[in-house]
Amino acid sequence: MLNVGRSALTLALLIAVYGVAASLYGARTGRRQWVDSGRRAVYSLAAVLTVAFVVLEAAFLRSDFSFQLVASHSSTTTPSFYKGAAMWSSQEGSLLLWVWLLSMWSSLVLFLTRRRLREVAPCAAAVLLGLAAFFAALVVFLANPFQLATPVPAEGSGLQPLLRHPSMMIHPPLLYSGYTLFTVPFAFAAGALITRRADAEWIRATRGFALAAWLFLGVGILIGARWSWSELGWGGYWAWDPVENASLMPWLTGTAFIHSIMMQEKRGMMKVWNASLVLATGVLAVLGTFLVRSGILESIHAFGGSTLGLPFLGLIAVMMFGSVALVSSRRAALRSEGRLESLFSRESMFVLNNAVLVGLCFVIFWGTFFPLISEAVTGQRASVGPPWFDRYTVPLALVLVLLSGLGPVIAWRRATARNARRSLRGPLAVAALAAVGLTAAAGVAARPLALAMFSGAAFVAAVVVQEFWRGMRARQAVSHESAAVALVALARRNRRRYGGYVVHLGMAVLFVGIAASASFQTIHDVRLSPGQSARIESYDIHYVRATSALSNEKVTLGAILDVSRDGRHVATLAPTRGYYQSQDPQLGPVGRYFDGEATSEVGLRAGLRRDLWTAVQPDIGAMQKMIDGLDRRFPLATGRSQGLLLAALAARYEAQPPPASFRLIASPLVEWIWLGGGIVGLGGLFALWPGASFSRRRAPAPARARLGRQPSRA
Amino acid sequence: MLAAVVAIIAGPLRRAGAASAPEPSQRAALEVAKDVKYREIHDAELDFRTGKLSEPDYREVDRALRSEAIELLRRLDAIATKEGRR
Repeated sequence: MLNVGRSALTLALLIAVYGVAASLYGARTGRRQWVDSGRRAVYSLAAVLTVAFVVLEAAFLRSDFSFQLVASHSSTTTPSFYKGAAMWSSQEGSLLLWVWLLSMWSSLVLFLTRRRLREVAPCAAAVLLGLAAFFAALVVFLANPFQLATPVPAEGSGLQPLLRHPSMMIHPPLLYSGYTLFTVPFAFAAGALITRRADAEWIRATRGFALAAWLFLGVGILIGARWSWSELGWGGYWAWDPVENASLMPWLTGTAFIHSIMMQEKRGMMKVWNASLVLATGVLAVLGTFLVRSGILESIHAFGGSTLGLPFLGLIAVMMFGSVALVSSRRAALRSEGRLESLFSRESMFVLNNAVLVGLCFVIFWGTFFPLISEAVTGQRASVGPPWFDRYTVPLALVLVLLSGLGPVIAWRRATARNARRSLRGPLAVAALAAVGLTAAAGVAARPLALAMFSGAAFVAAVVVQEFWRGMRARQAVSHESAAVALVALARRNRRRYGGYVVHLGMAVLFVGIAASASFQTIHDVRLSPGQSARIESYDIHYVRATSALSNEKVTLGAILDVSRDGRHVATLAPTRGYYQSQDPQLGPVGRYFDGEATSEVGLRAGLRRDLWTAVQPDIGAMQKMIDGLDRRFPLATGRSQGLLLAALAARYEAQPPPASFRLIASPLVEWIWLGGGIVGLGGLFALWPGASFSRRRAPAPARARLGRQPSRA
Repeated sequence: MLAAVVAIIAGPLRRAGAASAPEPSQRAALEVAKDVKYREIHDAELDFRTGKLSEPDYREVDRALRSEAIELLRRLDAIATKEGRR
């Protein structure tokens, strides 16, 4: 099977190279046969890469250790659930996933546009195939997942323990789907610029892909944050880590793009900006992959080596300079058709929203790459931490929330101050009430930025509710439907508008969660023995007893914590720490478990009002004497005898546990982050769901008569 | 696998004829612009009905949008006539 996989990859590279040449030749000469052949190359690429993907996935599921990659990233003891995801814990497997996803999305978009965009699509196909050729070359020459293990080991090294979490099954595919989907509008923008066809047609054809990319990337980022909160033992969901930032940057520019393309679609405006934005988003998507895979910046998420830095830098340089050259050489084709009719209009709101989003992206870019910038300038590598990021991103996020409330109530083209006042009166009153009510709550007034965020979110929520209400009333006035029917029909007929409003609401909820948990979180680090208690906020945490568990791959030590409030039992939490066996043969049969990787399982009581988060760090040092003694006396113990030694150690830990260190966190409204993310996802899906073409929904002829003035159903 | 790929990719190259007829790209662009313009007319009406546009502003915006739409339809009609004559 190794040969099948290897052949499939080599064939994929050849197909991609051929496809680039055929598409470009077809585009240049106008010979449709070559264009069609190039498009078929994309379909074939997807088929061949699917073969490679399935071969590798099957090898992981069968624990076929003749595959070096399987031997080094899985084991027979790895649960099947995680074997399926082990492929993307490796550099080689994740690059294969990247190029496979790219080929699937490329096939989909080229199939959908097979009868449209006949000038732009071949150039876009060449760009997509060029990217595929790059990644196929990486997996063929530099990171081939189909290497033979010699000798074939009886057992594999196992999956990196931190990745043994259900989120990790879907987090990387979601992120990579986002990255690869963003290459679709990137490629079509490049195609439109090359052919000087910078009208709205390519935007219409790829808007769904941009929205899907935004959605996948956003959900992927949130799932990563949830993993960090519940799996990593440090007690946070966002650390401004370079890899986290790398996924956020294209999401921010992508958000700006899906707003500003509406201006190009409707008004023919901001073409240079939109082209630059989508090209930058494509570059940032590749940069995100580069940061994870190159190891150029230190990150807790960078599981790859550092062998791919140069090729990636080359690709990013080509994409960047190519984009700049294209935009600057096509300025005439990008000339704006419309003009800003009023500074007080939806268009202006979008310009402001874009400025803030790109500003946020710039701040994050600067902070992320500051270690490299400082090293280049001063020769010394310095980095900036979360307080630096917070200083700039929090005020910008606040402005963004306010704009997401203001935008929906301002009309396109022109709005009047009188109408805006009427539309804003209710939401502003709600925001003021929220501010006054929350100021009365203990401690909130001392955090003005958090208070402003809560009020801003209340403002956004009120705007969204008002918009749905007014839209429903407007429809009812014409259709005389019931409120429920009118509401559903209104939303279905205006998917983008009302899906977008739901997204704004979700973002407001999400920001409330972030502001509350970041501003009002309480953290206690304590050291307790069984029978002792600690207090955090109004909760008493009682360390009841120590626990232990053994499995083939790890020793788990933990604690049972009883949580009570005012003497009443609230929850029982069981944080644990798992110690995975090291592969170092120099270590003894017991010691090897405590010199390898270790992960925390958090004891979490999640709630809409507050999360109570606990992690335990058993004092292994206090047991070191016993561990060393067992290793000395039974150095050759394996299998059952090794299990007996570990059982003895575990029994001793339960019977006479040394004091353990605990991190206790009470964090308000963390669940609102995931809830808000869910609302954003639903709104995004609703907006993404295809509706009938607007003109098709109206009678086709006589055309001009259609434009006679009569009220339509909203 | 190689044979299947070659057959699929080379399929279109076996077709007779050199360059195919050029796509009516202008018409496609105008169709998209027409669709967008209809959407804009609808959005302006919804903005008016939901209180975001004053009546005088709405009348003016609506008039401008409809005349832009009519211009697009005229251009589409002209292309259709030209194609019919061919």
